[in-house]
Amino acid sequence: MTLIGWAQIALVLILVVAAAVPLGRYIAAVASGRVTWLRPAEVLFFRAAGVDPERGQDWRGYALAMLAANAAGFVLLFAILRLQGMLPLNPQGFDGMSSWLAFNTAVSFVTNTNWQAYSGEAAVSYLSQMAGLAVQNFLSAASGIALALAVSRAFARGGVRELGNFWADFTRITLYVLLPLAVVVGLALVALGVPQTFAGYVTATTLEGAEQVIPLGPAAFQIAIKHLGTNGGGFFGVNSAHPFEGPSAVATAIQIWAQTVIPFALCLTFGRIVSDLRQGRALLVVMLGFVLAATAGIYAAEAAGNPLMTELGVDPAMGNMEGKEIRFGMPLVALFTATTTGASCGAVNAMLDSFTPLGGLVPLFLIQLGEVLPGGVGSGLYGMLVFVLLSVFVAGLMVGRTPEYLGKKVQAREIKLATLGVLVLPATILGLTAVSMVLPAAVSSIAAAGPHGLSEMLYAYTSAAGNNGSAFGGLTADTPWLNGTLAIAMLLWRFAFMVPVMAIAGSLAGKVKAPASAGTFPTHGPLFMGLLAGVILILGGLQFLPSLVLGPLAEHFAILAGKTF
Amino acid sequence: MSILRPAATMVVGFTLLLGLAMPAAFTSLAWVVLPAESGGSLIERDGRVAGSALIGQNFASGRYFHPRPSATTAPDPQDRTETVNAPYNAAASATSQRAPSSQALLDTVKERVAEAGPAPVPADVVTASGSGLDPDISPENAARQVARVAQARGLPEDRVRAVLAENTTAPLLGFFGPARVNVLRLNLALDGTH
Repeated sequence: MTLIGWAQIALVLILVVAAAVPLGRYIAAVASGRVTWLRPAEVLFFRAAGVDPERGQDWRGYALAMLAANAAGFVLLFAILRLQGMLPLNPQGFDGMSSWLAFNTAVSFVTNTNWQAYSGEAAVSYLSQMAGLAVQNFLSAASGIALALAVSRAFARGGVRELGNFWADFTRITLYVLLPLAVVVGLALVALGVPQTFAGYVTATTLEGAEQVIPLGPAAFQIAIKHLGTNGGGFFGVNSAHPFEGPSAVATAIQIWAQTVIPFALCLTFGRIVSDLRQGRALLVVMLGFVLAATAGIYAAEAAGNPLMTELGVDPAMGNMEGKEIRFGMPLVALFTATTTGASCGAVNAMLDSFTPLGGLVPLFLIQLGEVLPGGVGSGLYGMLVFVLLSVFVAGLMVGRTPEYLGKKVQAREIKLATLGVLVLPATILGLTAVSMVLPAAVSSIAAAGPHGLSEMLYAYTSAAGNNGSAFGGLTADTPWLNGTLAIAMLLWRFAFMVPVMAIAGSLAGKVKAPASAGTFPTHGPLFMGLLAGVILILGGLQFLPSLVLGPLAEHFAILAGKTF
Repeated sequence: MSILRPAATMVVGFTLLLGLAMPAAFTSLAWVVLPAESGGSLIERDGRVAGSALIGQNFASGRYFHPRPSATTAPDPQDRTETVNAPYNAAASATSQRAPSSQALLDTVKERVAEAGPAPVPADVVTASGSGLDPDISPENAARQVARVAQARGLPEDRVRAVLAENTTAPLLGFFGPARVNVLRLNLALDGTH
């Protein structure tokens, strides 16, 4: 690690936080319907859909509307992927996807996971990319943010049933937040070299006279929303490591900015909705602390290089370069990896399967901590609020008081639902990994021998269940077993977690807001932040440490002992 | 019924807006404002496309600077179900996906180290990139190739070193990102040097 490296990391994070402050304010204004510069478009959507944006929905109505929008998105995307061979804008003449692959892909993009069992430039038409996958990048992101707004409102008011109108939130976030940001970020990416064209692939004659087929496509706009919406699904097979998807250090920095700015901004939006900005700031600080710690961990591990290669005569000065591009440098690879896994994005600018064992452990563990650091757009905030409830509950147990958060009493019902919610992740990840490790049909997908093989399988289910989408890519994922079970894992976390969260929001919304008293535990100070960080870390650690010991840690110690597989 | 209509309308409406109208408008805008970049930063030589400035290509001749190893493959012409090594096959970006503890990876690296000359070898000389299409090499890697290229071209080493220096990209503002050498641009510059 070098000082210049940390200066690059610090610069990007400062730009993220500096933008999150006004963006958080703006999203709060959008959420309350005060932003109107695209009024005609907004009204057109409401009229055509027959919805009244002023009519509030209770938690059930809100959640059902979200599920319906996502179900409709799934049906349309599945159809486009299956039928792409017959549809226009397919200059390479790709066939429709197989049904298992189309099912997995459609679930993946609707749940904001963007796990990819296909390679973009070799299997997906321009139409499928832009009118299928990219549209779900917008809509799944808007769904997540809408839900976070609904949950925030539950803490803002007392004695109400209604959490807002899903259709209003969904439409406004898409039009006023995601679309303008995507245009700006997209243009910046084009300027740096990301293609945006409907022309077909180009055949070049190289200097040595060989033929080289260069893939193109309407990539920049889709890549912009892929980061802004923390979706992560690459236009090209190797994602942001592709020179067209991540053409320079500046481009990768813009992508890091884009994949973190909305999750951080939403903390501040939350602070504004509950009329106490300090609360939002406290959540942001905890998230940022984890991002910094994770970046340091990855940076240290990767910059040190692979000791087995050093022994063969490789200079360790550049670090572990297998699977990494020259143009980003280790500091931005570390920050990109920490934010893409912390923020549930899943895009990669270096290949995680070839990371050193500890460098690969960090992103794996970040996802296992529940995708709240800072988490996906919206899902990070509502996930974090579940951990907040668990933290005040733990604090309440210690002093023997009924726990409260923002004046709302947290009681048995909320804690039961919160516990149910957080158990979905370990049950899904560990259950499905365990089953897959004894099924020959699943084990045959593993590429690496030794403990790294377990890491590949564990990472796949962790990534799917956490709605992340990054991968230890050696695993052959396009098989019926993995396509099917990974899709189930994605659906479980997105929806089986979301329903208890919405039930908590409904239950909290109905409670009166008690004024703060001398006995109230302040939830904006360092004591609470420490407690929250501790709860996240201990809960995740207790659940996943054994699996991490068997995978990446075992590999780490094997390498130190000079053992290979 | 009350939620099916908004769900279907919104998904179809947003597909028309975000999936067709916006990409069409955005593509037109990009084409007008940034024609070269939006079209893939293609480089033409003698009226033909010689490659893209951003996409690495394979060089084996001693006259050229060589790129990093690449893990891309192509379908085997003998048997379409199998693949063969095809470095810098841009139609199918790929990485080795090898674990750090993989014996196969270490065997490959060992062979490359043996061919690479005096140790310690810069890491990018013997490792495959994330995309298999890395257009760049490190300045240290390039410096080790100067003597070979100069000899093959019958040019003084200082001349080659000067072309290399001109084609080395420094970190932005002196600190952001690593220094790097675009192999295709460097080799094109060399071909224009006499």
